[in-house]
Amino acid sequence: MNLSGRLNVTMHGPVGAPPIVFVHGFGCGQVMWRHVAPAFADDHRVVLLDLPGSGDSDLSLYRAERYTSLEAYRDDLVELLDELDLTDVVFVGHSVSAMIGVLVANAAPQRVGRLVLVAPSARYLDDDGYVGGFSERDIDELLGLMERNHLGWQDPLASLVAGAAPADVKRELEDSFCRTRPDIAAQFAAVTFRGDNRADLADVGVPTLVLQSRNDSVAPMAAGAFIRDHTEGSRMTVIDTYGHCPHLSAPAQTISAIQEFLEEH
Amino acid sequence: MDLDHGADDLFEHAPCGYVVTDRDGVIVQANAEFLRMVGREADEVIAVRMLSSLLTVAGRIFVETHLFPMLEHSRVVREIDLDLVAADERRVPALLNASLVSPETGRAVLAVFIEARDRHRYEDDLRLATRSAELAREQAASLAETLQKTLIPPAPPHIPHLDIAAAYRPAGTGREVGGDFYDVFQVSPTAWIVVLGDVSGKGVPAALVTSLVRYTVRSFAIEHPDPAELLGQVDAVLTANETRHYCTLVVARLDRHDGEWELALSLAGHPPALLRGPGGEVTELGLFGTPIGLVDVPGFVTVRHRLQGGSSVILYTDGVTEGRGPNGMYGEKRLHELIHGLPDDVHAITDGIARAALDFQNGDASDDIAIVTFAPHR
Repeated sequence: MNLSGRLNVTMHGPVGAPPIVFVHGFGCGQVMWRHVAPAFADDHRVVLLDLPGSGDSDLSLYRAERYTSLEAYRDDLVELLDELDLTDVVFVGHSVSAMIGVLVANAAPQRVGRLVLVAPSARYLDDDGYVGGFSERDIDELLGLMERNHLGWQDPLASLVAGAAPADVKRELEDSFCRTRPDIAAQFAAVTFRGDNRADLADVGVPTLVLQSRNDSVAPMAAGAFIRDHTEGSRMTVIDTYGHCPHLSAPAQTISAIQEFLEEH
Repeated sequence: MDLDHGADDLFEHAPCGYVVTDRDGVIVQANAEFLRMVGREADEVIAVRMLSSLLTVAGRIFVETHLFPMLEHSRVVREIDLDLVAADERRVPALLNASLVSPETGRAVLAVFIEARDRHRYEDDLRLATRSAELAREQAASLAETLQKTLIPPAPPHIPHLDIAAAYRPAGTGREVGGDFYDVFQVSPTAWIVVLGDVSGKGVPAALVTSLVRYTVRSFAIEHPDPAELLGQVDAVLTANETRHYCTLVVARLDRHDGEWELALSLAGHPPALLRGPGGEVTELGLFGTPIGLVDVPGFVTVRHRLQGGSSVILYTDGVTEGRGPNGMYGEKRLHELIHGLPDDVHAITDGIARAALDFQNGDASDDIAIVTFAPHR
């Protein structure tokens, strides 16, 4: 299967229109964009995908030894843009995928034309004067918390061992888009929250929009401001909402902020 | 407490912690049990604190990255295992159910917390047990791999005037010791034994039998130059061993006489060896014998053949022919045709068979595959 198939790529909008690629962050899959992406499908080729290991991507291709850093995700996305042969892409990345977007734009400037960083943070851990908001202990606790919450994930092997699963175990949870194989979720969390991409910001050479949620406990205002201040040609728009997912909590404002940016650049 | 209480009383005195937040996450209502769990007075919490401020930092990340997206999608989350943080910084393990108050009020939620200390201890024990079980399984797998390596020589020895190649492919993931093995060793200055076999079953018990068979063959081979006799001895040993495993074997003895190789070969419940002639034609070599350690009256026959220049002999286990693919079983016919078309080289023949058998099963062998090919030196 090609990479588009493995990453569960879905495309909407007119073929040949300017491409806009939406990439979800740590947590859930492409369904996260359902309130925002359709607004761009009139005049853009809208591309949605599930990152390796997330959503409905092909899990048999997830190898723990490969996805030990964001560079592996970057390489996959560059390969995907090559496969789809997209150029002058508007790359919209949420959370950790904002930083993956920075890496993709730096590695494949011929592919990426503009960056939209939704609730980004270049470094989650506090570090020698830099305030990311989190300590190593917080991240260890997060991994523990995720080990305790599988959100309905059931190990297919465990159910095989137990024999035929009763009907209530087999019930499909509606929120499968947030259900990730536990070992993959833990590794993705570790890669996300222990990463440090501050140095990559200086290499960004495309117009960049930082979309900052006013009250975000995961990527606080200071994290967005740091990225704006260290990324040449960037600007920051603050969305008046709570939480880390403005594309869910304030989709209309998120859409208009992106549209405004695209009109000006 | 009056049993005829109203909804407010039910909320206030419920035996679980109730919390309601507004759209900004600020707590607007909390009942007695919730306040007890977090060890705070009502005026320290209501209209003052955000619910997320009573969670751990990790809990906040989890709420933002998982729970709110799920709430937004389905309006409800259930059975979430989270710690509350009490006034004295104590962690209070709890189970959370939450739902959105209404579609119009955004992130306003109704949340129910149930303290879950006992459950946590129990789950911690389970997790520890799971981890040690995983560790034990990994150690067993690594032991099995090590054991396997001792049973399969990395490469056959160099034998003057003879070309020899061997291949071994474990079934499935290769984490379990299989029953296939082969061995090549010298029994006199001019004679060699090539043995290939398949012990029934898998795992460490089968590997112990493999080891027993392999060393029994070695120890009787010098004393019993006739392969059928040798098989009789091995059968007696395995029968006496009272193992429930049996095995199939092919033993080939190669004697160098007057610049030519004389082959003596005997089968024990094993597929015949294949002789590939100088023109590529394939014929079977060997007469049926009983499997080792299976029947009360064993019987083995030795056949002899002088190896001509340009011919090769192939020994293989049934993992080759009984491999199943989308087109049924691989089978002898396909194998004969394959060997006929392969280049006249022991390595090309061996690797070609192994690859074809694997490809036929889409790379996922259902049984071990072992192949040894030898031929007079080209």
